[in-house]
Amino acid sequence: MQPFTLLTGPAAPLMQANIDTDVIIRIERLTQGDPAKLGDYALEALRYRPDGTEDPDFVLNQAKFRGAPILLAGPNFGCGSSREGAVTALAALGLRCIIAESFGDIFFSNCFQNGLLPVRLPEAAVLQMAAEAQDRPEPFTVDLHRRCVVSPGGTEHGFAIHELRRTALLEGLDDIGLTLKHAGDITAWQAADRQARPWVWDTACRLQTALEVAPEAATQAA
Amino acid sequence: MSAPATLFDKLWDRHVIRDLGEGWALLHIDRHLLHDLSGPPALLELRRKGLRVRNPELVFATPDHAMSSAPGRTGQTFPPGARLWAGLKMLAGEAGIRLFDLGQDGQGIVHVMGPELGLTLPGMTLICGDSHTCTNGALGALAFGVGQSESAHALATQTLRQRKPRRMRIRLEGTPGQGVAPKDLILHVIGQLGAAAGVEHAIEYAGAAVRAMGIEGRLTICNLSVELGAKSGMVAPDDTTFAYVQGRPFAPTSAQFDAAVADWRSLAGDDEAVFDRDVAIDVSDVAPTITWGTSPEHTMPVDGLVPDPDASADPAVRQTRRAALDYMGLEPGRKLAGARVDVVFIGSCANSRITDLRDAAALARNRHVAEGVTAWVVPGSVGVQRQAEQEGLDRVFRDAGFQWREPGCSMCVAANGEQVPPGARAVSTSNRNFVGRQGPGARTHLASPAMAVAAAVTGTIADVRKI
Repeated sequence: MQPFTLLTGPAAPLMQANIDTDVIIRIERLTQGDPAKLGDYALEALRYRPDGTEDPDFVLNQAKFRGAPILLAGPNFGCGSSREGAVTALAALGLRCIIAESFGDIFFSNCFQNGLLPVRLPEAAVLQMAAEAQDRPEPFTVDLHRRCVVSPGGTEHGFAIHELRRTALLEGLDDIGLTLKHAGDITAWQAADRQARPWVWDTACRLQTALEVAPEAATQAA
Repeated sequence: MSAPATLFDKLWDRHVIRDLGEGWALLHIDRHLLHDLSGPPALLELRRKGLRVRNPELVFATPDHAMSSAPGRTGQTFPPGARLWAGLKMLAGEAGIRLFDLGQDGQGIVHVMGPELGLTLPGMTLICGDSHTCTNGALGALAFGVGQSESAHALATQTLRQRKPRRMRIRLEGTPGQGVAPKDLILHVIGQLGAAAGVEHAIEYAGAAVRAMGIEGRLTICNLSVELGAKSGMVAPDDTTFAYVQGRPFAPTSAQFDAAVADWRSLAGDDEAVFDRDVAIDVSDVAPTITWGTSPEHTMPVDGLVPDPDASADPAVRQTRRAALDYMGLEPGRKLAGARVDVVFIGSCANSRITDLRDAAALARNRHVAEGVTAWVVPGSVGVQRQAEQEGLDRVFRDAGFQWREPGCSMCVAANGEQVPPGARAVSTSNRNFVGRQGPGARTHLASPAMAVAAAVTGTIADVRKI
């Protein structure tokens, strides 16, 4: 994973609430599309008009914000489907950091798995930065070492991030590798759980006999 | 004595392997479901890293997303899905993961399959690379969706690193009126609270209306938790739950079932437990509810008027609502009932279980789909399909002019070649009305199975109480 340390560049304001992952990337682009074109597919419902030409009014199509590495987003950004392609498509578009009041929970986790930093800040701070992004030419700075975003006007917005997350991003570490260090704990927990809750572990196939019972059970429950 | 705990606290605490500090924990995952879309990439990631699946006996797979639902389909009927289907079968087989293949007992939409087979049990943690995994919480489990990387993490370690979400309770009080289904209630709740109300929260549904509800209704309610932005949704297990679980293929039997029930009874939240957010909603006066826009929070009573965007004081809300009305081809201040409908879809992990199909069939009996309407019924699993056929529901639907199809996600996710045409208006029992969700330009109205039948037989958006 590509490490994330310090990022400097324009921040594009896209303040609409509840932008969902279906809008970020259409499902059939992930199943049938060309993986090399992932960046072209990102946010296509917003970037292009029905005839396929660019919508010049859309923020990422404006000269000032084209290729911006930072997105200032409305609340609940990335809600909806769990598709991790939503994160990789935005990364393919050149984004490294998204700042919003809140995020779709799965999208938020997926960002960290792909070296993209999601920053949660209060609504007022995001709105203020969105206004500055429009009005001023200077870049934004996102400093993960210092856990802050510095706006063009020089205002510092500190943000919270779990130390493990921060270290993983700074060093480009892989979560699986970190967890495998606790393999002993996992084995011990599982051994105790097999005794306490054998029904969780006893997954031998009872399907043949039980399927004759299941429809009946369905009828009763209904 | 330990501090009073909610259902969610108990589920969480019982699965902590290691405290990672700052509210984070390494959690054990009891069940991991894989489907054709998110399963193969996660398994491939493991292979790339030279890792093996740690506990294949806790992992179960089924193809559902990119599969055709056409009668007589195979895994190759929809060519782009054929590769995913073959990949899931091969990789699951190599890893020793049990797969329920097309046409076999058990196959279905993952979140229909889990509860139906007894793979989902009270007290479990359960994940899947699918955001509607929260459905499974209806049995009293901690269930949530993950992305491909977290899925790979869980395959390799049978754990996840998670931050503990906040606790939210939604109490549904009162008795719903005639013609009002669990789907109407949860759409009403999302409309009242908003699509971001549950962000960073785990929701417990409680109250008289939830207690009185069967498990399949609770599954519908929990299914749409993610449309509130919540990490998961759950209902405390009770006698209704235990009766549902008993006898299912992967449920414990005899003495072990009794021991399990004793354990599950201790999961209900303590009376003094505190929630970060606690909401009560009286459902007695809720009307059949339908969405008008492009977010699940854009709901209205079916007999109401399409809202006026300018009524909002917030310019961003006004703009979003105007764009939604424009996309949906609707005028503010007009009745929604009477709008012409082109497509009706009954299916999805929200509403494709046997009680949903019984509700729908009861209304479809001796009626006929209106001219010009394409109407589909897609059962949620092979089990549901067989049960419905045994009860003759398939004949009711076919006689009424509906297509009776094979189990899968079908038109809800539109990743299988089954789409609502551009500009067409659809009444759908699924859970997302996002722009382009059911296909580019598709205009989706979310509703209950009975409301979907009302739309099919009248050819318009219609109030089920007046049919």
